[in-house]
Amino acid sequence: MSERKQFGFETRMVHAGHIPDSEVGARAVPIYQTTSYVFPDTRYAAQLFELKQYGNIYSRINNPTTAVFEERIASLENGTGAVAVASGMAAQFVTFMTLLQPGDEIVSSAHLYGGTVTQFTNTFKKLSVKVTLVEPGDIANWERAITPNTKALYGETIGNPRGSILDLEKLAKLADSHHIPLIIDNTFATPYLCRPIDWGASTIVHSATKFLGGHGTSIGGVVIDSGLFNYGRFPTIADPSPSYHGLRFFDTFGHYGFLTKVRAETVRDTGASISPINAFLLILGLETLSVRMDRHVANAMAIATYLRDHPKVAQVHYAGLPDHPDYQLAKKYLSKGPGAIFSFELKSGSGDARENGRRFIESLQLFSHLANVGDVHSLVIHPASTTHQQLTDEELSLCGVTPSTIRLSIGLETTEDLLWDLEQALHAAFA
Amino acid sequence: MGSGTGFACSIRLNSSLPAEYRARYQNEDTIRDLILDSRTIAIIGASTDWQKASYFVMSYLLYEGYHVIPVNPKANTIQGQKCYAKLTDIPEPVDIVEIFRPAGEVPEYIRQAIAIKAKAVWTQLRIFDLEAAALAEKAGLKVVMDKCLKMEHGRFGGSLHYYGFNTEFITARKARPRLSQVRP
Repeated sequence: MSERKQFGFETRMVHAGHIPDSEVGARAVPIYQTTSYVFPDTRYAAQLFELKQYGNIYSRINNPTTAVFEERIASLENGTGAVAVASGMAAQFVTFMTLLQPGDEIVSSAHLYGGTVTQFTNTFKKLSVKVTLVEPGDIANWERAITPNTKALYGETIGNPRGSILDLEKLAKLADSHHIPLIIDNTFATPYLCRPIDWGASTIVHSATKFLGGHGTSIGGVVIDSGLFNYGRFPTIADPSPSYHGLRFFDTFGHYGFLTKVRAETVRDTGASISPINAFLLILGLETLSVRMDRHVANAMAIATYLRDHPKVAQVHYAGLPDHPDYQLAKKYLSKGPGAIFSFELKSGSGDARENGRRFIESLQLFSHLANVGDVHSLVIHPASTTHQQLTDEELSLCGVTPSTIRLSIGLETTEDLLWDLEQALHAAFA
Repeated sequence: MGSGTGFACSIRLNSSLPAEYRARYQNEDTIRDLILDSRTIAIIGASTDWQKASYFVMSYLLYEGYHVIPVNPKANTIQGQKCYAKLTDIPEPVDIVEIFRPAGEVPEYIRQAIAIKAKAVWTQLRIFDLEAAALAEKAGLKVVMDKCLKMEHGRFGGSLHYYGFNTEFITARKARPRLSQVRP
């Protein structure tokens, strides 16, 4: 009675979650573009609504195409399951709406995507949830910020846009000692470069829009749970739920309790569902994830090194470079490379930094100037005036963004062509 | 999606059973055979409370066509099924004795399961007793511990997948029809 074969990451990328169906045997994942599903009888329908059967109810709650994406990413992240939603922002939102009540608090790394900071400090504030942002590098900062109302720790594996790396193992221990879950946004790393669950994180969120899809065609998000956090004393998951006839999700569903509540209550009520066609396109992305990530990382490393050595560049914030403060953390947690999104600072030289930045971006020929990352195309943006524009100066500096910060997302183009483009644009910026 | 005909990776996640016993007491072939070949399942600790996991599992198994016999000294019927106070009171053969009681009570129920010549004992999530399990095996019973019968049925039958859970079934073989359509 030996252990069965454990398949590798790449096999899971192309197979997990999809078995060719018994009728047609379609090799590609079929797109179930349907809102609803015929129930075979009334008893079965009632069982579905009472959560006694696993099955398809309504595509706001689940969908067979989406389920392939969910199981596949759960398998890749070493999770017990996943719930896909409309976007990465929705993934965070439904996670916290499931876990928190008014008066609760979160302690989060300050090195976050600007949209997340705004969601935390404005929308969550309206819901009477307080988020304390801390400088993530020193574990003591996290410890000091935890209060009796703190219900979760949160951070990005690779912080946006400065490329800081979370010390996942230390944070997981801290969360564990306070009996609260550690929730990690693994968007920039993807499970190919880092699997935070293996380091003790409870729950993972993704903007699947980025590297998971890779093609920049589809907005989507996903919540993956390890099933390892004991929600037995966590009020929102353990206590009777008024929105499901007093059901106690942890008691009844055990390690599936959190995700069942995310799906059956929070996604049901917020309506933040993903469309089946987007789930399908994201599945196509997952099938080539490792191949793309290797190439993204190789290109990023070459470009970060080039910029570091460039006379017009003041600083490069890429944890793959030995002078980055988190270089050792990157080696530990992201041994294949710390992703392909990073920022750098132009030298002020003559004229002001903002103006040089504007000229640099407008001179680029191959880098697309837009508000996305993790695409096969190389991308560039000026965070202070775009992605992090809603932030106060204080929040900006806490995020590590200055007026001269330029963020790059390195794509799959020929390395020499990207270097050529940067060279000519740097030349033009300082002409 | 159905369970296909190929490999099933054994699930290592979310088990309190010590790792060295998982191949033995969470064996994929044993689980699959029990789900396919069993008809009568006695549930020790079957609850009248609709919120309890045992109620969900019983309801699920009834719908899937199993003959389910609740064992609970405080109830006459549960979900329309005649309830017995003790396992040894059941007047018909039992395939699986499923245990929803604390681990400390497992040895006694395993002794009873051996006495009624059940084919298998199955303890639910977080419930196991290694000594009692060895006793059951010695008496020829199959043993599954620290697993949910509903989750496993849904996993092999394909429906668990529809809730986005990780079934760990990886195969390029065409799926078989749903378990509920092929089970005798």
